[in-house]
Amino acid sequence: MSHRLKPAQYAILVAVMLTASVGDTFLSHGMNQVGVVDVHHLGLLFGAFKNVWILGGIALLIGFFACYLTALSWADLTFLMPATAFGYVIVALLSRFWLHEHLSIWRWLGIVMIVCGVGFMANGPSRTEHPKLDVMDSGVGR
Amino acid sequence: MIASTLLTWSCILGVAALAVTGEVLTAAALRKIGDFDEIRAVSGMRGAILAVVSSPIFFLGSLAMMLNFFMMLYTLSVAEVSLVAPATASLTYIGNAFAAKIFLHENVDRRRWLAAGFVVVGVILLAH
Repeated sequence: MSHRLKPAQYAILVAVMLTASVGDTFLSHGMNQVGVVDVHHLGLLFGAFKNVWILGGIALLIGFFACYLTALSWADLTFLMPATAFGYVIVALLSRFWLHEHLSIWRWLGIVMIVCGVGFMANGPSRTEHPKLDVMDSGVGR
Repeated sequence: MIASTLLTWSCILGVAALAVTGEVLTAAALRKIGDFDEIRAVSGMRGAILAVVSSPIFFLGSLAMMLNFFMMLYTLSVAEVSLVAPATASLTYIGNAFAAKIFLHENVDRRRWLAAGFVVVGVILLAH
C-alpha cells in the first residue's frame, strides 16, 4: 500500500489551505469595518455577527475544521503540518494583492521557505505504514 | 524585567504545549476512528460525525485546543503579537514533529524534518 493521495484527497488538502487563510482574511477585513472593540464595550462584538465578512469568515473556518479532520483520518499529522502552514503564504499574498499591504523582502523569503517545505512533503507518502496494519510493508521507508 | 520575560516565555511554552497536546490527541482519535470515506460508505455522514463526537480522545483534544485558545488570548495581553505568533507557531511545529514520532509512531524521516525546518524558518521570516 503506497498511501499516495487520490485527486479528491488533494482537493481536501487545497481546501484546508484555502479555507483557513481566506477565513482569517475575511475576519480581519470584517473587524476593520466593525472597528476597535475594547474590554468596556464587549457588547460591540455581537454587532460583528451582522457583518457579512465576519459571517463568511466563520463559515470558512468551520469548513476548515471539517476538512482538517477529514484529512487527519487518512494522513499523518507531520504530513499535514506544512499544508496548514501554506495558509500563512496565502494570507501574505492576499494581504499584498487584496488589502494592498506592503510585503518586505524577509516576508517574500519566508513565503519561499514555506513553499519549499510544502514541496518536500507533497511527493512523499501521506501515512506511516504500521507493521500491525500492513505486515507486507513493514520497514518500508524507514 | 526578568520576571516579565520569564512570564512571557512561560506563556508561549504553555500555548505551544497545549497546541501540541490538542493536535496529537485529535490526530490519535481520527487515526483510531479510521478513514471517513470508508465510514461514510457504510454508515453515511451521520455515522461519520457520530464516530468523531463520541470519541473521548477527540473530546480531550478539543478541550486542549480550547484551553490553547484562551491561553493564547492571555499571552497576547502580556506580550506583543510580533513575538507571540511566530514563537508559538514555530514551537508548535517542532513539538508536533517530536510528539508525532514518540506518541503516534509516525515515520518522521529526513524529508519531514527538513520540511518542518523550512516551515519554522519561513514562519519566523514572515513575522518580520
